Amino acid sequence: MPEPRNDGCALVTGASRGIGAAIARAIAQDGWAVGVNFRSDQTAAEAVVHEIESTGGRALALQGDVTDPTTPDRVFETLESTYGCPVLVLVNNAGVSVDDLTPSMSDDAWNAVIDTDLSAAFRFTRRALKPMMRARSGRIVNVSSVVGLRANPGQANYAAAKAGLIAFTRTAAIEVARRGITINAVAPGWIDTDMTADVSGELLAQVPARRAGTPEEVAACVRFLASDEAGYVTGAVLSVDGGLAA
Amino acid sequence: MSVTTEQVESRVVETLASFGPDASQITRSATFEELDIDSLDLVELAQVVEEDYGVVLKGEDMKELKTVGDAIDLIVERAG
Repeated sequence: MPEPRNDGCALVTGASRGIGAAIARAIAQDGWAVGVNFRSDQTAAEAVVHEIESTGGRALALQGDVTDPTTPDRVFETLESTYGCPVLVLVNNAGVSVDDLTPSMSDDAWNAVIDTDLSAAFRFTRRALKPMMRARSGRIVNVSSVVGLRANPGQANYAAAKAGLIAFTRTAAIEVARRGITINAVAPGWIDTDMTADVSGELLAQVPARRAGTPEEVAACVRFLASDEAGYVTGAVLSVDGGLAA
Repeated sequence: MSVTTEQVESRVVETLASFGPDASQITRSATFEELDIDSLDLVELAQVVEEDYGVVLKGEDMKELKTVGDAIDLIVERAG
């Protein structure tokens, strides 16, 4: 474990399992104290915290529904007061999917996905940027999806949210680039998680790599984009999809 | 909490100087354009003002400001 970083801390939304949990573990290895945000599964979030602590890192489980507009302030303030420093790494990972074909998709299914996967990322980013601007430093990574780049039937809501997240990433990135803040996106393809457990095997044939990716493979890319070394990468979308969007 | 114009002026000049221009150029009559202070800088100035004086300046408030003096006067007026 490298030297702990005390100039700032990190926050990963939706970090109790899957890709988010892998990202929290990966970022902790760079010395960041990591806020492990979760909505409902406290046991899983605490297991992630325990795992990070057992390898010499620092982490804190933070309950908060990202669709509640009061959550960003509460979560950021808890991290700021616990670690005595601003959040300098934010990973907007929390996401849901509610699949249906467009002709039969309900307003609820549309709105839930747009709110969680797109609007929440905006609200967390807005809250993060204020202290980052003052610090002249910051890394924001948005977890988009291959579906934001390449159509997948049954996911119009998810695709719109994830494509919107890419456009948001690019625009916000150039707004704040001169403050030493970078904002990038990763676009995972088919990754082996609970969220893709019921994805049909037919999709595998479309993946040039002929296998699903792992959460750790996505986390490694996020860890790079969150690092000091990635300071000249901003507004970029890094596909982590075995070639699916190529 | 009441603040004096001098206090606000000194805080504004200090904050604007942190964005690049030389403090000696930052006079009440200097325009943000002359100082190369852009919209992002003004958003950050608004943030400092909110933290220090509890004065919330919205994007539309900032758009009306042309000179350093305009900003100082608005902040003093709102804080008063």
